[in-house]
Amino acid sequence: MSGFKDAGHLFRFAGLFVLAFAVFLVVRHYVVPKSFGQYGHYRGAAIGEIAAHPAKFAGHESCEGCHSDVQEVKMKGKHAHVNCEACHGALIQRLPAAPQPAPNLYRRLLALVIPPMPVESTFVRHADDPGSVIPPLPDTAVLCVRCHTASAAKPKGFPQVDPAEHAQGLACGSCHKPHDPGMNAGGAK
Amino acid sequence: MNISRRQVMVLLPAAAVAWKYVLAGTPEASPNYKMSEHWWSMLIDIPKCIGCGNCVRACQTENDVPDGNFRTWVERYHVSDENMTNPTVISPDGGKEGFPVATEDGEKYFFVPKLCNHCADSPCTQVCPVGATFISPDGVVLVDPKYCLGCAYCVQACPYGCRYIHPVKKVADKCTLCYHRITQGLTTACCEACPTGARQLADLKNPKDPIHEFLKTHSVQVLKPQMATGAKVFYNDLDGSVR
Repeated sequence: MSGFKDAGHLFRFAGLFVLAFAVFLVVRHYVVPKSFGQYGHYRGAAIGEIAAHPAKFAGHESCEGCHSDVQEVKMKGKHAHVNCEACHGALIQRLPAAPQPAPNLYRRLLALVIPPMPVESTFVRHADDPGSVIPPLPDTAVLCVRCHTASAAKPKGFPQVDPAEHAQGLACGSCHKPHDPGMNAGGAK
Repeated sequence: MNISRRQVMVLLPAAAVAWKYVLAGTPEASPNYKMSEHWWSMLIDIPKCIGCGNCVRACQTENDVPDGNFRTWVERYHVSDENMTNPTVISPDGGKEGFPVATEDGEKYFFVPKLCNHCADSPCTQVCPVGATFISPDGVVLVDPKYCLGCAYCVQACPYGCRYIHPVKKVADKCTLCYHRITQGLTTACCEACPTGARQLADLKNPKDPIHEFLKTHSVQVLKPQMATGAKVFYNDLDGSVR
């Protein structure tokens, strides 16, 4: 034991290390999220949180349940492979945010330190309340032209026209029916 | 079957690691989804893209992408005969509202949709100092917004320019391959809105997915293959001038 005669200071130092390590373990236990390391060097629970984001495009199957008549027409025409929401937009629509009261002095000062969180949007689904939630009718003057304006960059086989020359001022819908756009589909000749 | 104590000592840790991947979890929102059964990717069929911008608008709607930032965008390439390696590339507002008309002048024009390549060996996840960005067990590169510091190392590391710092949340943001949709059996918003089928979601672990037949029978390339990122967005008929 004579070897440890003057080693008291070493034991005290080692004790400090052990204590610091214990404190580190306790702190780590509380600050590291429970799911960290579940699948790798990240928070496993984040995957579920990202997966919980609400979907706004419901998929064409959601529309076809009620609009089977439109689907039948569409399946015969050249737009058979174009999904409903490609033209009509997402099934779930964002409602305009309610007007917020002007922030008071405290809120304005607080905003200098902590940026205020954006107002949560509310969403409505046409499928939940078809009577009152009606998706806006697409403007064919914008919608059709966006895809079918002739351009050297588009695939050669894709139907494309010079809109001014082709339509002569008429709206697309006066000749073509969007769900079955072929000229033999019942549109005016 | 005789297994020595030494063999057990070697096999046990390996089995523990393997079992962790077998049990690779289930996102909370979709209880029937098993991450270990999927390996997601995307196919971009360049000859089908018409540059309408539907994908860009759909992505912004679906994912609340702020104006001026893009999780996906479309570029228009103009390659002249004299200068094949230095194409003119435009992407006005990410191609969200389409492109100006390219007049027929005998030169090469085409559209290239771009998005996160969900690399299997992604540089962006390797540089994150806090473990806020990662490759999920089903092959999607994701960002944990609660853990991200907003240091933007990953923004610099991505060779494809697919990340940005969210102007409100001040954290890194990027394409999630619509993770909230694909885990529920839906396709991505961009694929749903694409009118020509130029974008197709693909599951490389699903033997019935048509991607396997497509990859066998077409000239398919990934972007910047020399960077060995293991990119999983496959481009059909990709021109050599694209970078």
